[in-house]
Amino acid sequence: MGLLAYGDTGWGDELFFATLMTIAVAAAAIFIGFFLAAIFASFKLSKNKILNLIGSFYTTVFRGVPELLVIYLFFFGGSGAIMYVAKIFGYDGYIEINAFLTGAFSIGIISGAYSTEVFRGAVQSINKGQFEASEVLGFKKKIYYYKVIIPQMLRLALPNISNVWQITLKDTSLISVTGLVEIMRMSYIAAGSTRDPLFFYSFAAVLYLFLTFLSMKLFNKLEQHYSKGY
Amino acid sequence: MDLEFISEHFPRLLKATKLTIELTLLSLFFGVFVGVFFAILRTSKIKILFFISYYYSYIFRGTPLLVQIFIIYFGLGQVEWIRESFLWIFLKEPYSCAILAFTLNTGAYSSEIFRSAFETINKGVVEAAESLGLNKINTFFKIKLPIAIRQSLPAYGNEMILMLKGTSLASTVTLLDLTGVAKHIISTTFRPVEVFIVAGSIYLLMTFIIHNVIKFLEKKYGYQ
Repeated sequence: MGLLAYGDTGWGDELFFATLMTIAVAAAAIFIGFFLAAIFASFKLSKNKILNLIGSFYTTVFRGVPELLVIYLFFFGGSGAIMYVAKIFGYDGYIEINAFLTGAFSIGIISGAYSTEVFRGAVQSINKGQFEASEVLGFKKKIYYYKVIIPQMLRLALPNISNVWQITLKDTSLISVTGLVEIMRMSYIAAGSTRDPLFFYSFAAVLYLFLTFLSMKLFNKLEQHYSKGY
Repeated sequence: MDLEFISEHFPRLLKATKLTIELTLLSLFFGVFVGVFFAILRTSKIKILFFISYYYSYIFRGTPLLVQIFIIYFGLGQVEWIRESFLWIFLKEPYSCAILAFTLNTGAYSSEIFRSAFETINKGVVEAAESLGLNKINTFFKIKLPIAIRQSLPAYGNEMILMLKGTSLASTVTLLDLTGVAKHIISTTFRPVEVFIVAGSIYLLMTFIIHNVIKFLEKKYGYQ
């Protein structure tokens, strides 16, 4: 247990901050994902065939290609792409994107592909009468989406959002390959310098279990709260 | 897009695809047995068996696959009695460690899929089998298992695709699967986009095939 001491003698504080990093990346990723999902779900639901195609392309590619490959694309390609854009604006220097942003974006894009499907399914499962009633009442599309459809959709989507969150949380472990110091990376460092990989990787597993357990409890609470009227 | 670059590296990627397919098929093959085994334990009335199965699936579904591979590949070698036993022949190789991790991981997910499939079997069917005089083993293999397989096909198809994507983690324990080779090419040539498009397309093609095979099976064996 000395290995986990808090302070200079053990790895307790390092692992604690690494856990916070995991939570931060996962939270950033899922919000980027929600943002993308709102766009692509509306593409998938629209009557425009081209938008449909774009939406399907996004979800098929990012749900069908391994997460690690996507991370490598952003890790190796990210700063190149930004430097390319910067060159157009006349900046010639080297730009490095920070590992947190790379990680949050690559996991966010993957998470967004799952969320797109969740949002689309939830909107589709809302009773048609709701749409018709809103139209009959003369609401503009923008208003009835915000006031009528989205609140109902979120409630219906909650159990699946919980799943997407769990997937996203676990996917953040893959960002360790880019050097961002989250749980996995910290365990790797600790395992390397203490020669005790079994202990540190098992402890990482415990930390992940704790996080997934905690988020499950939280989502259950939320679901209970939002299904009060039903 | 540089076609010359792509055609130069395509054969290597294709060769690596073989390992990806091999890892996927082997893990799924062993995973089915593990999954069915733990699904049966889950329905057991003996509490200890139930809890073993429950915590097995809870732990493997609640932690990232990367942690599982690292514990098996880097961690187990630290235990003296494992290094001295015959298990070491398997556990010192990254290949068998990866397969072990993938098998246990997919086994946990499939045990949940099979369990819920077993649970949805109509009680009347089992009672009918019993009253026809089938013994327990026959009821299981001739009645329950075929129904459960049919029930679990759509969810299991998803699991197969997840496993295909999961094998990419083999590259973290030095294996040169499709992702491993893709990463190697990217880091030596700094052409991430082209490599991503080629390797990604190969993965998508495999996903597409799995998707359609499952669709075909569902049609063939589904209720009509």
